[in-house]
Amino acid sequence: MKNFLKIFSLIILFSGLSLSTQAAEKVEYLKTDWSFKGLFGKFDRAALQRGYQVYTEVCSSCHSMKYLSYRNLAEKGGPEFTEQQAKAIAASFEVTDGPNADGEMFTRPGKLSDKFVMPYENIKAAQAANGGAYPPDMSVLVKARGGGVDYIYSLLQGYEDPPAGVTLDDGVYYNKYMYGNKIKMANQLSDGLVEYSDGTTATIEQMSKDVTTFLMWSAEPHLESRHQMGFKAIVYLIILTILVYYSMKRIWSRIETEV
Amino acid sequence: MSDQEYTPKSKFGKWFNDRLPLLTLASHLTDYPTPKNLNYWWTFGGILTFCLVTQIVTGLVLAMHYIAHADMAFDSVEHIMRDVNYGWLIRYIHANGASMFFLAVYIHIFRSLFYGSYKAPREIIWILGIIIYLLMMAAAFMGYVLPWGQMSFWGATVITNLFSAIPLVGEGIVTWLWGGYSVDNPTLTRFFTLHYLIPFLILGLVVLHIWALHIPGNNNPVGIDVKKPSKDTVPFHPYIVIKDTFALLMFGIVFAFFVFYTPNILGHADNYIEANPLVTPAHIVPEWYLLPFYAILRSVPDKLLGVIAMLSAIFILAALPWLDTSKIRSAVFRPLYRQFYWILVADVLILGYVGAMPAEGLYLLVARVATAYYFLHFLVILPVLGWKEKTLPIPLSITEPILGGSPNLATAKNKESLNS
Repeated sequence: MKNFLKIFSLIILFSGLSLSTQAAEKVEYLKTDWSFKGLFGKFDRAALQRGYQVYTEVCSSCHSMKYLSYRNLAEKGGPEFTEQQAKAIAASFEVTDGPNADGEMFTRPGKLSDKFVMPYENIKAAQAANGGAYPPDMSVLVKARGGGVDYIYSLLQGYEDPPAGVTLDDGVYYNKYMYGNKIKMANQLSDGLVEYSDGTTATIEQMSKDVTTFLMWSAEPHLESRHQMGFKAIVYLIILTILVYYSMKRIWSRIETEV
Repeated sequence: MSDQEYTPKSKFGKWFNDRLPLLTLASHLTDYPTPKNLNYWWTFGGILTFCLVTQIVTGLVLAMHYIAHADMAFDSVEHIMRDVNYGWLIRYIHANGASMFFLAVYIHIFRSLFYGSYKAPREIIWILGIIIYLLMMAAAFMGYVLPWGQMSFWGATVITNLFSAIPLVGEGIVTWLWGGYSVDNPTLTRFFTLHYLIPFLILGLVVLHIWALHIPGNNNPVGIDVKKPSKDTVPFHPYIVIKDTFALLMFGIVFAFFVFYTPNILGHADNYIEANPLVTPAHIVPEWYLLPFYAILRSVPDKLLGVIAMLSAIFILAALPWLDTSKIRSAVFRPLYRQFYWILVADVLILGYVGAMPAEGLYLLVARVATAYYFLHFLVILPVLGWKEKTLPIPLSITEPILGGSPNLATAKNKESLNS
């Protein structure tokens, strides 16, 4: 058993090392309390709804979210808009459909089953409209950046005047959290930019936190059920392990060898 | 399988068993005499079998939903993550399962190195194991390409390009591997096919690996031959079965923690960016389990020699039974080898670390020293040690007292643990 504990602690150590090597690459990001971290982490519903509002009113004019459908907005573990609300949201977008019987494409109001409407027809169009830079799709953005949510949260608040000696081209901005500090997205957030329907004061910090929460959900829509199932699975495994341990002791007690 | 004759009790059983001796096999597996002093480092064989089966089962389900096409692979993975029922669970088990598989295989290999399990009469088991390990690396590498993210694409580009180091025909071979002039759709579809095939090859080799094991029987921490069956052995069932189950459950807890709480920690963030042949990531790094070999590859300035060094680092293991000249198996009775063993472990960990770092400055220097030491260990230290080392007296059996004046069973038992 002593031996086993050694193996076990070695594995834990290995896990710890792999975590810390990742951490070593990190810049000091701004910190905030994320409700979805930890063993029982859940999304803050209100933050998700506000985050969706920031996304639609601000980000979505350039950034697509091609893996999300309007139905996701009403699903469990997400912003949990009511079905009526989600339908209304979907219907507020014009969706191109077709071809119809005459072979023509037509537009109609969005339905729950539609994917989020894209701001640009294609990547080329997006680049043409944004000085050659393609605004990345935001569906899995949080998972596609080393710093994850802390990085996105910091980046949104990281705009500064460039330090002396740094010259910026037209359409390039200085951001202290961006890789290489040069970013082609201008500062988008300003205090009071959106008017939250739940009355929360829309500070830059608040909007950054809300929209980052929303992006975390869009990247991991099943995070809540993952955490819930994980806890149950691990408790189950621990109980089973204890039972098997005592059975093992009992079986091995038939012979005089320690196990 | 040289067991005592087994006769089924029922008439049908006897009829069937005369035609296909499955019942004899089952009886052999149940009664298989196992040394009773096996410690928990020996449970990783069972854990590895579990890992293989898990990868095959989850992989099968993933393959039902995955689309092996350059334009759709990334989307289909997201479809699995979002829309397929419990698709996220299956994919995270499969992705983290690869890491768990390698974690277990490294423990399994280093167990062999410590206790000399590769020595006569177990050379074939060992060589089969090395082939399995090679196939695992191939399968893992190709599997990592399938989501068609940035690391998939650029990892595939870097690794396949290694073949271009072969003189004269190198470029031709690379084009042939790609099925075109760059990593593209034909590369993806063939990698998918091979990724599906290799696990079944591994499964077949695992059967041979276990078969070969059942001829001489298990090695054990004391490293001596045991009479079978005897007071030194226990039947596989229930003693080893329950012990392996216990170890597997402990392993399962760690596994579950990764799957449910940090499912992406062992992957690279860039792989959630869809493959883009026009944008090269800042650092192209392989998965953690390939890092030591990646470090060896990069530590040699010449491309061809680098590839040769990397492949030699793996193939040298196959020659290990003949490079290690010591007649004593277990490091418990080899005080010097024990120290060099731990230096080798540290060396491989250091190689893994520098493999993740940029190949420049101090990192490169460390990688070179560690690479040189790796080969030194196998090519010089091991053979010389076998001739020069003054080993401790070994006991005659696991349970019996030993020849006068030598350490008794109690000390042997104390020394079983790796940290002695």
